[in-house]
Amino acid sequence: MDLINNLGLGFDVALTLTNILYCFVGVLLGTLVGVLPGIGPTGTVAILLPITFTFEPVTALIMLAGIYYGAQYGGSTSAILINLPGESSSAVTAIDGHQMARQGRAGPALATAAIGSFFAGSVATLLLAIAAPPLTRLALQFGSAEYFSLIVLGLVASVALAHGSIIKALAMIVLGLLFGMVGQDLYSGQPRFTFGYFELYSGINFVSVAVGVFGIAEILRNLEDEKTRTLLVKNVENLWLTKEDWRRIIMPILRATGLGSILGILPGGGHVLASFASYSLEKKLSKNEKEFGRGAIEGVAGPESANNAAAQTSFIPLMTLGIPAHPVMALIIGAFIIHGITPGPNVINDEPALFWGVIASMWIGNLLLVLLNLPLIGIWVKMLTIPYRMLFPAIIAFACIGTFSIGLNAFDIYAIAVMGIVGYVLVKLDCEPAPLLLGFVLGPLLEEHLRRAMIISRGDPMTFLERPISAGLLAVAAIAIILSLLPSIRRKREEVFVEED
Amino acid sequence: MLDRFSFKGLSKDLLAGLIFIGFGLAFGHASLNYDLGTALRMGPGYFPLVLAGIIILLGAIILIQSFFAEADETPIGGVPWLALLLVIGALVFFGVTVRGLGLVPSLFITSFMSASASRQTSLLGAALIAVFLTVVSMLIFIWGLGLPLRMFGPWINF
Repeated sequence: MDLINNLGLGFDVALTLTNILYCFVGVLLGTLVGVLPGIGPTGTVAILLPITFTFEPVTALIMLAGIYYGAQYGGSTSAILINLPGESSSAVTAIDGHQMARQGRAGPALATAAIGSFFAGSVATLLLAIAAPPLTRLALQFGSAEYFSLIVLGLVASVALAHGSIIKALAMIVLGLLFGMVGQDLYSGQPRFTFGYFELYSGINFVSVAVGVFGIAEILRNLEDEKTRTLLVKNVENLWLTKEDWRRIIMPILRATGLGSILGILPGGGHVLASFASYSLEKKLSKNEKEFGRGAIEGVAGPESANNAAAQTSFIPLMTLGIPAHPVMALIIGAFIIHGITPGPNVINDEPALFWGVIASMWIGNLLLVLLNLPLIGIWVKMLTIPYRMLFPAIIAFACIGTFSIGLNAFDIYAIAVMGIVGYVLVKLDCEPAPLLLGFVLGPLLEEHLRRAMIISRGDPMTFLERPISAGLLAVAAIAIILSLLPSIRRKREEVFVEED
Repeated sequence: MLDRFSFKGLSKDLLAGLIFIGFGLAFGHASLNYDLGTALRMGPGYFPLVLAGIIILLGAIILIQSFFAEADETPIGGVPWLALLLVIGALVFFGVTVRGLGLVPSLFITSFMSASASRQTSLLGAALIAVFLTVVSMLIFIWGLGLPLRMFGPWINF
């Protein structure tokens, strides 16, 4: 009955007026950036992070989490209505969802996405609440060797699940790790790679890195080739599903919830993989496979449920181990640290109100999202008519003020500019920015645990292989790398991701 | 054969490989200035040097692969130089002037510069966007969130 007590505590926290309000603000912003192509949740969370520093920690985290899963809802709207996914995990929804819109069935497509997302989000939140306590108990037995291996696994998995070249993604991780080395050495206090700039002693500001490689680089990418979007559906009418529709979506939603919940735990954009995997699965299982690509409602129900379930369960590694599964999670770790909380297995015991409050808020947030997305769909359709040329100056302005307000330090703004250029060049050369950000955040942790583990083992590197949990984690990481490099798997992987481009 | 090589000379993989190797050499070179220590007690230079070695290796693999890869990749495409200059310039301008000029003038010019980075926005349009963004930002950040930022700085006397 611990679960009920814990959730009771959580709802006590989440149902205060302030927290409901900021949960609403979070999911509202999340839907907004999910709907608008060209702004993703990572950039938004990075830009808004500084603003949340003045909030209570639990309020800040409730809002930031809301932005993340809210974006999963919003992404489906633009995928269905303009065939442009607002968020990468909605790319696959566009295939059948947009076809449905062309056939005048935009309403049922949007309703299916919202219903599937709500169901999957609720179930996955419950899973998070059930799985978190035992996992934290396991994590509390982790020593430095285990943490080192766990971080290695996390980084490697983010590569195996990314699309594009694996070697490039690995190189991006290492580059992120190297950027993470900038600043004072933890043990000796020696400043590293600071070029004499005192501002770099505490490291490159991670908000600057995130805003640069996700926000600015993305803006420059979009400015290469400016297009005007055409809105297919001006008014969405008739959101109701027919009996036949209901019959067809129930099983896909159930299957996708299970699939998404499992894949979401994996580090590195599990929600994107979840939506693609669910689409392939439904296509295989369906009796009318030919309908896929021509407006099959299962092709909307599955992926949308899967990505929302994954968005929720990707909080599991964050809340229990302090390891981010997604760049947004990496930013949320930053939010924890700034509020003086070390993310990891201790949070559940030291800050139970915060831990359960955030989880309970996810239910409230999912409910708010259904209300926001179905009755108010007209507003979001209007939002889609805002041209990009008006949006990106706003992103830049908010990024400047937000980042400057963290430390009133102009250096952080210059860091955005530099990281923006670095990010733009690398993205242009088909290198994914997400592994770089994960590497950057985890770099200092990885080094700390490596050095500590080596001191404890008296310089014997075999310690990573002799301790069973550590060896197991490293073995999984090695298998992931080998599998993703095998030619046959590689081809399959390319097939899965090919539709995204 | 020759024109294939000249095309390959600008391939994405080749450039990416060179960039990673470059970063590796720079970080590796800098790490040599720090105490390396031993595997038991690693100094501040140890881990960065290992990472630099790994990234040089990965960069070299990408580089070598680029010579053997099929020439089917999409071209790198043009760079919007003016937009790049305006966006980066806007950021730097904000950093340089936000203290001296204060938030209002600094943000106005920053927004004006970044808005004009779009080819679809006229100068008047950019000015309107800048006015709108400055007003909205003041409302949100100064009035709403109460951030301790000066609206007009010491460079302007009012």
